[in-house]
Amino acid sequence: MLEVKNLFCERDERVLFANFSFQINAAEVVQIIGQNGSGKTTLLRILCGLSDAYSGEIYWQGNDLDEVRDQYYLAMLYVGHLAGVKGSLTAEENLRWMMQLDKSLDKCTIATALKQVGLYGFEDVPCHSLSAGQQRRVGLARLYLSSAPLWILDEPFTALDKKGVKEKEALIANHIEDGGSVILTTHHDLKIPGQTIRPINLDEVDRA
Amino acid sequence: MRFFLAALKRDLLLVFRHRNDIINPLAFFLMVAVLFPLGVSPDPAFLSEVAAGVIWVAALLACLLSVDGIFRGDYEDGSLEQMLVSPEPLLILVLAKVISHWLVSGFCLAIISPLVAMMFFLPSEGYLALILSLLLGTPTLSLMGAIGAGLTVGLRRGGVLISLLVLPLYIPVLIFGAGTVQAGAMGLPIQGYLALLGAILVFSIMLAPFAIAAALKVSVRS
Amino acid sequence: MKKKMPRWFYQLASPKWFYEFTSALLPWFSAAAILLLVTGTIWGLVFAPADYQQGNSFRIIYIHVPASILAQSCYVMMAVAGAIGLIWKMKIAHVVAGACAPIGASIAVMSLATGAIWGKPTWGAWWVWDARLTSMLVLLFLYIGVIALNSAFENKASADKATAILSLVGLVNIPIIKYSVEWWNTLHQPATFTVTAKPAMPPEMWLPLLVMVLGFYCFFAVILMSRARVEVLQREKRTDWVKKVIQNY
Repeated sequence: MLEVKNLFCERDERVLFANFSFQINAAEVVQIIGQNGSGKTTLLRILCGLSDAYSGEIYWQGNDLDEVRDQYYLAMLYVGHLAGVKGSLTAEENLRWMMQLDKSLDKCTIATALKQVGLYGFEDVPCHSLSAGQQRRVGLARLYLSSAPLWILDEPFTALDKKGVKEKEALIANHIEDGGSVILTTHHDLKIPGQTIRPINLDEVDRA
Repeated sequence: MRFFLAALKRDLLLVFRHRNDIINPLAFFLMVAVLFPLGVSPDPAFLSEVAAGVIWVAALLACLLSVDGIFRGDYEDGSLEQMLVSPEPLLILVLAKVISHWLVSGFCLAIISPLVAMMFFLPSEGYLALILSLLLGTPTLSLMGAIGAGLTVGLRRGGVLISLLVLPLYIPVLIFGAGTVQAGAMGLPIQGYLALLGAILVFSIMLAPFAIAAALKVSVRS
Repeated sequence: MKKKMPRWFYQLASPKWFYEFTSALLPWFSAAAILLLVTGTIWGLVFAPADYQQGNSFRIIYIHVPASILAQSCYVMMAVAGAIGLIWKMKIAHVVAGACAPIGASIAVMSLATGAIWGKPTWGAWWVWDARLTSMLVLLFLYIGVIALNSAFENKASADKATAILSLVGLVNIPIIKYSVEWWNTLHQPATFTVTAKPAMPPEMWLPLLVMVLGFYCFFAVILMSRARVEVLQREKRTDWVKKVIQNY
C-alpha cells in the first residue's frame, strides 16, 4: 500500500534516518519503536504529509504521493498527539465537523461511534467539561467512523484506561481482518488478537 | 460550497460560544479612540478634524489585535493538522475562517463606528463614508492579518511579531480609508475612494488566500 | 511544486559549486566596487558643479540616491530569491535571500539618514513627510518584519520558507504602498518641490551619480556574496568539502 524509498531526514543538525526504505502492506500492523527522540513522531508526520523536512520518495498504491495527495488523504486516517477536539463544541459537533473534513468517516453514525467509545449520554456536553481521557475518546471515535484503509496512529492509547485500550486493540484487529493496515507508535505492550505485529526499530536504521 | 458553509458555520459557532471574542475588539476600539481626546484635547474643532484618522487607526489596531487568534486555537488543539490532512481544499477553509473573522471584527466595528464618530464630532456628511469605507476596507485587513497570523501561529512569541509583519501592509488601506472619510466629511464625492478600497479588496481576495495557506503549511510542518 | 529544470540550474543549487563560483567572482567585484566608488566619490564631491539653488549640500545625492535605489532592488532580489527557493526547493536561493535582508535594511537606514541630513539645509528640518522618504521608511519596516520573522523560527528550513512567503507578500504590496503614500502626500502637501526629481540634470552632475550607482551595486554584490558564503559554510559544516576549506584556510 505505502512504500517508502531512501528516506533521509535531519532534524536540528542530527540525522534521524538515512537510506531508510520500508513498505506497509495491506492487512498488517506495523509498530514503530525506538527511544525518545529517535524520530517516531517525525516519521509518522512525514508519512502524513505534515512534515517536509525529508528527502526521498513515498509511493501510495504505486504512485508518487505528491501526485495523488487527495486520494491518499481520503484513504488515510491520522490520529496525532493532539486530539483535534474543540473544547467549546460538544462531542457530536466535533465529530460532525471531522466528518465534513474527511468524507471517509462514514462507517456508522455519530451516535453509534460515541456509544462505542463509551460516551453515550455525553454527546451534548461541551468537550471542555469532559475529562482528558474522555476528550481523547472523542478523537478516537473517528476510528469507529472511519472506512479509510490506512490508519496512522501516534500514541493513540495515551490517557485511556485498560478497558479502553483493549477495545481499541480489538478495533484494530477488526480493521486488519477487513484488509486495512495500521502504522502506529505506542508505549503500551501492544497485543492485537489474532495478529502478529511487525516492528520497525528506528534505533537500528542507518544514520549516515 | 457545502464545505465552505460548514466551515463558516463551525467558526461562527465557536465565536458564539466565546462571546468575549466579539466584545473584546469592540471594547478595544472604543478605548483606543477615547485615548486621543484624553491625550491631546477635547476641543470639538480639533476632534472633528482628526476623527477620520483616529477612528481608522483604532479600527485597524482592533483588527490587528483579534487577527492573532484566527488560527491559534486550531493550531494548539490539533484541528489545524487535521485540516491539512484533509482532501478538502485548504483555500476554501482559509477563506471561511477569514470571513468569519471579518464578521466578528470589521463588520461589527463598522456598525458601532457611528458611535465613536459622534464622540469625535464628525460632520454628519461623513457618517456614510465612514461606514462604507470600514465595510470595504476591513476585509482587506482581515486577509492581510491572516497572512501574518498564519506565519506566526507556530511561534510562542507570535503576538508582537505579527504587528511588525502586518502593520506596514495595512498602510494603503489606512490611507484610502481615512481619505474616504475626510472627503465625505467635506461633502466631496467618495466613489473614487471606495473604488480604490474595493480594488485593493478584490486583489487581496485573489492573492492572500494562497499566501495564508502556504504560511499555514510552513507553520504546521515546522 | 517540483519542476524539472536544466542541469546547470541544479548545479547552481549545489552549495559547493556556489562557494567555488563566488570565490572566482569576489575579487573582480571587489576591485570594481573600490574603483567605481572612489572615482564616483571624488568626481561627485570635487569636480561636479555645485547646484545653483542648493549649493554644495546637494552633493549628498551621490550617496542618498544610490542607497535609495539599492534598498529597493535589494528587496526585489530578496523576494525573487525566496520565490526560487520555494518553487524549486533550492537551498542556496534561501541563503541568498537571507543574506539580502540585513544588507537591505542597513542600506534603507543609510538612505533615510542621508535624506534627513540633506533635509536639514534644504527644508530646515531633519524630517519631512515627503513621499519618497515615507515610502523608504515603510520599506525599512518591511525589512524589519522579514528579519524579525526569520530570527523567530528555531528551525532553519521553516524560517527560510516563512520569510520567503512574507517577502513575496511585501513585494506584491510595495507598488500599492508607494502609490498610496504618493497619493496621500499630494493630498496633504500640494506641490512641494521634490529635489530628487529635478528636470534635466546636466551630464557633469548625473555621470558621477551613475558611477556611484554602479559602484553601490558592485559593493552590494561583494557584501551579499561574502555573507552568503559564510552562511553556506555554516550550514554545510559537516560535509567534507567544508572541512577541507577550513583546513586550507
